[in-house]
Amino acid sequence: MSSKIKEVFAEIKAQKRKALITYLVSGDPDSKTTLNIMHRMVEEGADIIELGIPFSDPMAEGVSIQRGHERALENGTSLNDSFDLVRKFRLTNNYTPIVFMGYMNTFESLGADLFMQQASESELDGILIVDMPPEESSDFSIAAKKANIDIIRLIAPTTSPSRAKKICSQCSGYVYYISVKGITGAGNMDSVDVQNKVGELRQHTDLPIAIGFGIKDAASASSVMGVADGIVAGSVFVDLIGEGDNIIDRVGAKTKELSEVLN
Amino acid sequence: MSEELMPDKKGRFGIYGGRYVAETLVPALEELSEQYEIIKKDENFIKEFTDDLKYYVGRPSPLYFAKRWTELLGGARIFLKREDLNHTGAHKINNTVGQILLAKHMGKKRIIAETGAGQHGVATASVAARHGLECIVYMGEEDIKRQSLNVFRIKLLGAKVVGVSSGTSTLKDAMNEAMRDWVTNVDDTYYIIGSVAGPHPYPQIVRDFNAVVGREVLEQSQNVIGKDPDMLVACVGGGSNAMGLFYPFIDNKNVRLVGVEAGGLGLSTGKHAAPLNDGKEGVLHGMRTYLMQDDAGQVIETHSVSAGLDYPGVGPEHAWLKDIGRAEYEVADDNEALDAFKELTRVEGIMPALETAHGIAYVKKIAPTMNENQSIVVNVSGRGDKDINTVASIEGIEL
Repeated sequence: MSSKIKEVFAEIKAQKRKALITYLVSGDPDSKTTLNIMHRMVEEGADIIELGIPFSDPMAEGVSIQRGHERALENGTSLNDSFDLVRKFRLTNNYTPIVFMGYMNTFESLGADLFMQQASESELDGILIVDMPPEESSDFSIAAKKANIDIIRLIAPTTSPSRAKKICSQCSGYVYYISVKGITGAGNMDSVDVQNKVGELRQHTDLPIAIGFGIKDAASASSVMGVADGIVAGSVFVDLIGEGDNIIDRVGAKTKELSEVLN
Repeated sequence: MSEELMPDKKGRFGIYGGRYVAETLVPALEELSEQYEIIKKDENFIKEFTDDLKYYVGRPSPLYFAKRWTELLGGARIFLKREDLNHTGAHKINNTVGQILLAKHMGKKRIIAETGAGQHGVATASVAARHGLECIVYMGEEDIKRQSLNVFRIKLLGAKVVGVSSGTSTLKDAMNEAMRDWVTNVDDTYYIIGSVAGPHPYPQIVRDFNAVVGREVLEQSQNVIGKDPDMLVACVGGGSNAMGLFYPFIDNKNVRLVGVEAGGLGLSTGKHAAPLNDGKEGVLHGMRTYLMQDDAGQVIETHSVSAGLDYPGVGPEHAWLKDIGRAEYEVADDNEALDAFKELTRVEGIMPALETAHGIAYVKKIAPTMNENQSIVVNVSGRGDKDINTVASIEGIEL
């Protein structure tokens, strides 16, 4: 069975554009609003949605997304709630891939097998566990492969070419290139360095490459889109959600702005 | 595998430990492992480290016979390993003296650290001052309030204290923030972790640099006690003072190893910091270990009267020693620790840190059940000057 993520990237490539991958935290500020935002993001041009799974200690996140996790935990959002959210989303959308992005400890609270069972039932497409490098991932890798769930992996500016090759060989769906040495929402992206590194990365993989962590607006998106198959934007949406007024329209407008750059 | 050879090549102690971090840090940790393996065999490094422990820290610390306390408890003879007499007042300096040399060897210009009670912050700021390196210490806002004396000490030493107000505003959040700093400044920054916790190779490095404590006890016991002690006792938060004491004794199965966790308001209340007694396996701060967490995998708030033990995880080697039954892990609650703090102060004229007092509290319980031919060595991991404000406020006294 071919993965939905693979199909979506193939389609976008045929249309000669880049994928827009949008991130938001599940349950931020509440599950109903998250669901509404997801649909609106798709209407305005999001191709894939990364749903952050809230965790008490989101070590790789900048302040914006940390606050998103805190807001989602304040109303008790659990991993099961996030699976419910995907099931509800699928009632009217069976084509937009959804990826769970989060931390090992929450994913493990269900165990790999039960997690994948729920993932299959809710038609989840991929997982990205931030603190699970290939060396630490055996249970989830095996279970994900069996369940036909993509495992998206991170490559960083610090990753050596030989290590990048190894990581790509254990990755499916897309490769997530971290554009900065830093946390999510960082503002120090060096677009020339990103272009060079992503160029090198092409030698190791045929998978689509998405670039994220430092993309916040049309300018930063367009500075690196030339070498990418897709870009990921997260903090910019989570900030708007945190500001609290007219969330859905403002997130929609930002999605549209980014999507137009990538077309 | 012999415990002495732990961790394995993947940084694991059994199933515990490992390297659960975002990709950006994996290459940095690999480099740290490589450099540490080189430096630990380097004669110049060994000499510099040994000299610093002697002339800067003031080692060896004495193994002291607590005569009056032994008589009072009426059982095993009790000996105190006086880490409280070290420069800066705790065992924490042993590790920072070693890691700063490693940082310099790696050409790093900027030092960062997390701290709970402030002892590791003070120890790091001290060695950074001595080597003329920039130093930033992350500390939870909650801990900044209850350890104001150490905050001021760190500033006097020329380091910058950055308050952390995310999550529970304590040690675990300070560690999250230090990790975020490291990932952002990974090229020029060295992160001195203060406990046998975090991703591989930190649990190994911090253990090795603290193992001087156990090695000295091994030697001093022959003169002071006349034989090996029957039992070693140390408090356990992250577990660096306990690991340093236990490690040289691990293969000597005649010596019982007892770690004492913070029981807070009592194990049954759930308000404590005792993951080995009442937690379950999980992943936090780059390591697999026992964690205080709920069913959804969220790390839960801990409670302890001592800021240094107020941590929801524990070093992975302790998790392993518990599972294989080589070490035992007990608890002492806040009240027992406060009573022990007062008793040792009055009977021996030695005021222990509130962290240390948890180990002292266990000795109070166990010593009377043993006989006078048996001996206990308890690690007085730090001195209690920093805790005077806390103790006074519990007694309703304004200083």
